[in-house]
Amino acid sequence: MIAILLIASALFCAGVFGLLTQKHAIGVMIAIEVMINAANLVLVGLGQHKGAAVGQSFALFTIAIAVAEVVVGLAIVLLLYRSRGDVQVDEAREMRQ
Amino acid sequence: MNLEMLMQDPALWGLGIATLAFAMLAVSVKNLVHAVLWLGMSLLGTAALFAKFDASFLAAIQVLLYVGGVVVLLIFGVMLTREHDNLAAFRTTRRPVRAALVAIALFVGLVHAILNTPGLGDPSAGKLVSMPDLGMSLLGPYAFAFEVLSLLLLAAMVGAVVLARKRDPGQPSAKKLIRHRNLGRQVVEGLAATDEVGQ
Repeated sequence: MIAILLIASALFCAGVFGLLTQKHAIGVMIAIEVMINAANLVLVGLGQHKGAAVGQSFALFTIAIAVAEVVVGLAIVLLLYRSRGDVQVDEAREMRQ
Repeated sequence: MNLEMLMQDPALWGLGIATLAFAMLAVSVKNLVHAVLWLGMSLLGTAALFAKFDASFLAAIQVLLYVGGVVVLLIFGVMLTREHDNLAAFRTTRRPVRAALVAIALFVGLVHAILNTPGLGDPSAGKLVSMPDLGMSLLGPYAFAFEVLSLLLLAAMVGAVVLARKRDPGQPSAKKLIRHRNLGRQVVEGLAATDEVGQ
């Protein structure tokens, strides 16, 4: 059990590193996916360790919510690209042109 | 907690370290298309870990939704938003040293918390959650959350379509439509007035 928690926290920290270093909006989304994945790993691992179905149920909900987040996030990235011509997140400071 | 107990499952460690290495490549390689593909490998590694935990349904969902859906969507995103001058989307990074320090500090804190939590090293309950258990849980105590989730997916789909829809250049904007309507109304009123004058 300890092993999977250590692996998941390392995964989460890799995601945090990516989130802090990326300038490209899609790079930020990749980092967020890595972090969500680490959280799922903990949910499933602990659920199986305790023999409770709640872990896998919540991991399933998390996966579905992550997919919804990616869909809306990509739509926003496309909108950003269309209005600015690039998708560098720290260049986009204004909500309108 | 000793090292022997930690190392008792080499397959778990191998899969975990491979997943971690893929994730690190995904957040650090320069080419974004390669980064998305590495992310896909990392998600496959997680699916293998799920399968190792006997969570076969979750492993299948992970492959279908993440590797089949999210990765393809992200690749579409990279292709649609690339800069005009270079073919593949290359990315630059900012403040890598400080970000690495934050990540390492967070990791040390998490490891400290994990190693100091009592009961984690205990043998497991022995009863693994099977797919029927998961189904009973989803349609029993969490049925409402399950239904709300389907609404969320519908809302996300509609929201994405509305956000990303490209306005047809031939189609006038809402403001223009209102102006046209007002103009039309003025013309009709003017005609009516001339009619009255004529009578």
